[in-house]
Amino acid sequence: MTLLELPWLDASIATTLVGALWVGRVRDPIRAARLGLAFTALAFGGTFLAWLAFYSGADPAAIADASPQVRLFGRRVLALDELSAPLVPAVALLHFLTALATTRTKMRRFSFAWSLTSETIRLAMFSCRASWLLVLLLTLCAIPPYFELRNRGRPTRVYAAHMGLFVALLVLGWAGVEASRGAAPPTWAAVLLMAAILVRCGTVPAHCWATDWFEHASFGVALLFVAPLAGVYAAVRLVLPIAPAWVLQGIGIASLFTAVYAAGMAAIQRDCRRLFANLFLSHASLVLVGLELHTEMSLTGSLCLWFSVILSLGGFGLTIRALEARYGRLPLAGHLGLYEHSPSLAACFLLTGLACVGFPGTLGFISAELVVDSAVEVSPYVGIAVVAAAALNGIAVVRAYLILFAGARHVSSVPLGIVARERLAVLTFSALILGGGLFPQPGVTTRHKAAAAILEERRGLMEGPARPVDSSRDEAPDGREGAESPRPRGGPGPIMHR
Amino acid sequence: MPTAESFMTALGAVVIAAPLLLAAILGVSSLIDRKLDEPTTTRILQWGTVAGLLAALGTLAGMLWLGTRHVPIELGDWVVIPGQYHFAIKFVFDRLSVPMAILSFLLSGTIGAFAARYMHRDVGFNRFFVLYTIFVLGMVVTSLAGTIETLFAGWELVGLSSALLVAFFQDRQAPARNGLWVWVVYRVSDAALLLAAVAMHHLRGEGDFDKLMGTGLWPEVVPSLFGHQALLVGLLVLVAAAGKSALVPFSGWLPRAMEGPTPSSAVFYGALSVHLGAFLLLRVSPLLDASPTLSVLVAVLGVLTAMYAYLAGSVQTDIKSALSFASLSQVGIIVAEIGCGFRYVALVHMLGHACLRALQFVRAPTLLHDYHTMENAIGGHLPRSGQRWSPSGHPVRDWLYRLALERGYLDAILRDYVAGPFVSVMRRFDAIERRWTDFLAGERSRESEQSGPHFGAIEDYS
Repeated sequence: MTLLELPWLDASIATTLVGALWVGRVRDPIRAARLGLAFTALAFGGTFLAWLAFYSGADPAAIADASPQVRLFGRRVLALDELSAPLVPAVALLHFLTALATTRTKMRRFSFAWSLTSETIRLAMFSCRASWLLVLLLTLCAIPPYFELRNRGRPTRVYAAHMGLFVALLVLGWAGVEASRGAAPPTWAAVLLMAAILVRCGTVPAHCWATDWFEHASFGVALLFVAPLAGVYAAVRLVLPIAPAWVLQGIGIASLFTAVYAAGMAAIQRDCRRLFANLFLSHASLVLVGLELHTEMSLTGSLCLWFSVILSLGGFGLTIRALEARYGRLPLAGHLGLYEHSPSLAACFLLTGLACVGFPGTLGFISAELVVDSAVEVSPYVGIAVVAAAALNGIAVVRAYLILFAGARHVSSVPLGIVARERLAVLTFSALILGGGLFPQPGVTTRHKAAAAILEERRGLMEGPARPVDSSRDEAPDGREGAESPRPRGGPGPIMHR
Repeated sequence: MPTAESFMTALGAVVIAAPLLLAAILGVSSLIDRKLDEPTTTRILQWGTVAGLLAALGTLAGMLWLGTRHVPIELGDWVVIPGQYHFAIKFVFDRLSVPMAILSFLLSGTIGAFAARYMHRDVGFNRFFVLYTIFVLGMVVTSLAGTIETLFAGWELVGLSSALLVAFFQDRQAPARNGLWVWVVYRVSDAALLLAAVAMHHLRGEGDFDKLMGTGLWPEVVPSLFGHQALLVGLLVLVAAAGKSALVPFSGWLPRAMEGPTPSSAVFYGALSVHLGAFLLLRVSPLLDASPTLSVLVAVLGVLTAMYAYLAGSVQTDIKSALSFASLSQVGIIVAEIGCGFRYVALVHMLGHACLRALQFVRAPTLLHDYHTMENAIGGHLPRSGQRWSPSGHPVRDWLYRLALERGYLDAILRDYVAGPFVSVMRRFDAIERRWTDFLAGERSRESEQSGPHFGAIEDYS
């Protein structure tokens, strides 16, 4: 057994769980922050090794043998596959860099214990395939934010109402799917699942929870909750494989409208957090648009965009958080002129913001090209809407930049520049954004493989004599094994002919 | 033994690599907060532009020596999804791109040297040159692009650097507001170009200009798109060109762009950037050959822009605004020439006009000094040239005067009938959202409206 054949994914999830329990008992915020940082760093290291093992050809059987999951649960329920292999380390990296960029002024307000708990749930969720366990993890994932709002004494009803609706729809929808073993899922189940996804992704009109959440939560927690796009993951795992074409079209139309609407809202916002929330809504919707088209190219573009959004929105959010640590809430009603004191933050704000909207040389460029290209292929109107959303998002980012960093003279006698930890965090994001932007092929190749695997699964499930929505999918030991598992195969089904 | 072909390819690679390295060195050093000092920055800029210029001149010499009119440099597929998508990076040296690339290096180098003195000890020296090198990279990539996607990448780099340089003096509101205005117009232009690129890609299945436009060497290309297809793609390209070259109705951003430092105004809005729309029309000129309607539209838009710029320029009271409208009137004529089919005339007009206007712009700050020098030399006042245009009591003349003074009401029209209604509608939706979250929360749900930045007493914010 080599080093890479150890169960690094299991170790990472266990690390965050142990970390959450340990840090939860520490009362000193500085010590809690140090411990929290150490645990998130270990978790990221573990997920990175798991990712490395997945792509370097480490023996999946050896990893499965070494994994304690079989002994604990009777089968292996959490594993990487083509879709999740880069997402899991990206989520762990986001947690690690958020912890790293937490300044002393924020350490009392940012709960590392809750953050590690959320990370445990997220890492497990992103390595879980369609099953009741995934439904459970999606439900659990919605709980820590509720306590975050309650602990801060902020209103919880908007968030609770939307997430309650999401969980109810998800559970009922998946129950309907599970109840129809061997047959096409009933229409009502597909509709409920579709509605659940739309609520979780913040699709209009069920989008107000996102802006409300950013209003009231601490920015770091809010960022970690939305940036990985858990709703999109649920759509790919739970809806895409089994939903009939009209359900996907429904998601697509609602998402398309949301992408443009949220981009327009982002362009007129008077508060930086609300701008961020609307950018998130627009991008989550753009990813869903690409998924809905469910062609190989659109799906590849969508998965690329998803990965790009995690990194660029993550970096953008951390930059805003660093600014908030210095200046408090950032209104966009009048010019603040912060450039002179925070030139590095200004550069990172612009870079990560433009990466979100697919500027050339950044990670998002090729993703945006792929999504636009595939959208135009389906319908020129869809293409125009996607381009309009991208244009409006670009306007929103540069408008915010000019309002925050230019247009006024702001003199301070105290140093307000970026500190070493924050610099490391935002520069890591910048390096990934620029590196991925200049050398996009490896990323596109892996996303293309994931897209092909998803479509293959969909074809198999839609055409097969019996839909294997059963425990065999829970047992998928590894993505590569999952992709090769004996499933009904066939050419494009009727739903593919649009 | 290196062949002539490999030698040309190597020269072409230097043309592309020089501005890329420039932007990378200055950009990365700025990003990691290891800013280069002024002499180093200036020296790197000089080396980069001179290397690029020499390589471009070498390529031209090689093309003349070998008698070839088309040297493609294919760097391969940047991104490929087998059987479905590929993004090729390809550059083309031909009769259109080589003069434009040489002009870009020549003017960028000259104005760069001027800017090194003009911006000396300015607090934003480093920022200026980072944006400047991004602009040079964007210009060179756009000029030499062999595929529509590559052109789009360069086009966007030019747009971003332009908008940020307009907002360069960032302790005042006006540059920031004008920078945003320029950026909004550029985004509209970018969106139109992106749609044109995707439409062309789908109509022809390739992004290469060779395959998109047809067979033959520029400008004698036999078009491959005809009728409605050519008109549709051409209209999108025309919108993109109009945005970038400040043609009517987007002309309002050009005088606003004069908020930037004089060197950037000279090289952007006097020389290179403002001609980029005309360059794009020249690049896709086979589409104009394929669609007479499109040609007429291009010519009419050019004439309208020239007339508008003449009128508005006649009443300007500051030298940079007057020069910007003078520049625009020539751009309008160049576009009209393209619409009428005079491709070489338009190209030569563009090159000559860019050099002249860049010179005028960099001399603008010392205009009074120049006049004094001349008056001292001749020992008297300079003779007045032309007549001042002022209200005369003639209704048509007075109406034209007001129209010119208000710059054709173009900004007001865009503000009142496009941007204003959009913002108003979105704000209404925002208010509805607030009422809805207030209702759900059972209390006021937007704490952001009560909170603001906590600038301390020791800080001064104005």
